[in-house]
Amino acid sequence: MKRLDCLKAIYPALEDCAVVTIMGAVAAELYSLGHRANFFYLEHAMGLASSIGLGIALAQPQRKVVVIDGDGSVLMNLGGLTTMARSRPNNLVHLIFDNETLLSVGGGAPGGYRWFTTATATGTDLAAVARAAGFPRAQMVRELDDFEEAALDAINGVELSCIVAKVEAEMPKSFLMDVHMLENRFEFPRALQQPPRRREELQRPTRITKEQPTTIPALKSREE
Amino acid sequence: MPVSVANSQVVYDAMKDVGVTLVSALPETWLVHLIRLADEDPGMTLVRLAKEEEGVGISAGAHFAGVKSAMLLQNHGFLQAINGIVGVSLLYKIPLLMLITDRGSFGERDPWQTEGGKHTRPVLDALKIAHDDLTSPDDVPAKMAKAMTLAQSSLSPVGLLLGRDLMWEEPQ
Repeated sequence: MKRLDCLKAIYPALEDCAVVTIMGAVAAELYSLGHRANFFYLEHAMGLASSIGLGIALAQPQRKVVVIDGDGSVLMNLGGLTTMARSRPNNLVHLIFDNETLLSVGGGAPGGYRWFTTATATGTDLAAVARAAGFPRAQMVRELDDFEEAALDAINGVELSCIVAKVEAEMPKSFLMDVHMLENRFEFPRALQQPPRRREELQRPTRITKEQPTTIPALKSREE
Repeated sequence: MPVSVANSQVVYDAMKDVGVTLVSALPETWLVHLIRLADEDPGMTLVRLAKEEEGVGISAGAHFAGVKSAMLLQNHGFLQAINGIVGVSLLYKIPLLMLITDRGSFGERDPWQTEGGKHTRPVLDALKIAHDDLTSPDDVPAKMAKAMTLAQSSLSPVGLLLGRDLMWEEPQ
C-alpha cells in the first residue's frame, strides 16, 4: 500500500477538517494533491503533530481534527497517545502511516532500501499500543480498501480513533512545497476562524475507488 | 502541606483574568493547588500530560484554534520541553505562557532539585525567552497580564517563575 494512494482516498474528506501533518514525505505528498489553508505541516518537532491536533480538538470541539502522523514521530511521543486517550476528544482522528522506517530523516534511500528501521519493523504494533493506551478505537490496515473504509469511517464518526496504515517506505516524487512554513503557520489559524460548516452542509465524501458510492455505516447509524 | 493555598488562588485568578481557558500540566508539590483549581473549574480545560513537551504542542494547537492557554510545569519540565519550545514555539512564532516553578533556588532542601535550579534562567536566557519572577502576591496580576501581552504581541514563549516566597509557606 502506498501512502500517496491512501492520501488520495481521504483527500476529499479533509475539506472541512483541521489537518495537521508531520514533516517530510507525508507533508510533501499531501501538498502535492493540492494545498488547502486548513492543512498545517509541522516541519519540525517530531512527535508533536498529535499534541497540536489534541490542542485544536479540545479548543474547537465542533471541528473534526485529523492528524496525519508517522511511525517514527509517534515513537518519539508514545506518552502522547496516553494523553490523547485520557482526554478522549471525540472529534480527533489519528492516522499513522507506518513504513517501519525513519524515511524522511534519512533512514531510507531511493529504491525502498531501508537502513534505519523503527521498532515497528521488529514487532512493535502501534495500533495495539494505541488500544492499550486507551483509544476507544484503534485499527491496523494493510490494504487500500480497508484503509479507505476505516479512515473515512473515523473521519465521519464521533469517536477518538487511531488508524495505523502499513505503507511502503517510498520517497515522495518531490519534497518541494511552495508554501513557506510561516505562511502556512498564519493561514492555518485564519482557516480555523471560519466556523466548521454544519454537518448537513458538508459534502459527503464517497469512497472514490469503489464503483458505487456508499453511505458510511457509522455516519448512517449516527443520523438515525 | 505548606504550599500556599491563598497565593495559588491569586496565581490561578490572574491566569483566568488574562483569558486562559486551557492549561496543560504535570504536577509537582508547588503546583498541587493550581492544578486542583483548574480541575475543579468547569470553565477550564485541564490536560494532564505524560511529558511536558506535549504541552508545547497542545498550546500551539489551542492558539491555532483561537484559545489562550498556559503550561504549569516544574523547571525540570521546562528543561524537558526544550526541543518542542525551539521546534514549535520559536520556529513557528507561537505564543506560549509557561508558569514554571523555580525549584532549586535559595532555601531548597531537596538535593535533587538543586542542579535544575542552576540552569533554568541561563537556558531561558540562551533561548531569549523573556521571563520574570513571581515572588509576591501583590505583583502577580500585573506581571501575569504583562507576560500574556508580550507573548501575544511577540508571538513568543514567555516564562513566569513561581518562586519559593510565593508558593511555599514555612510551617510556623
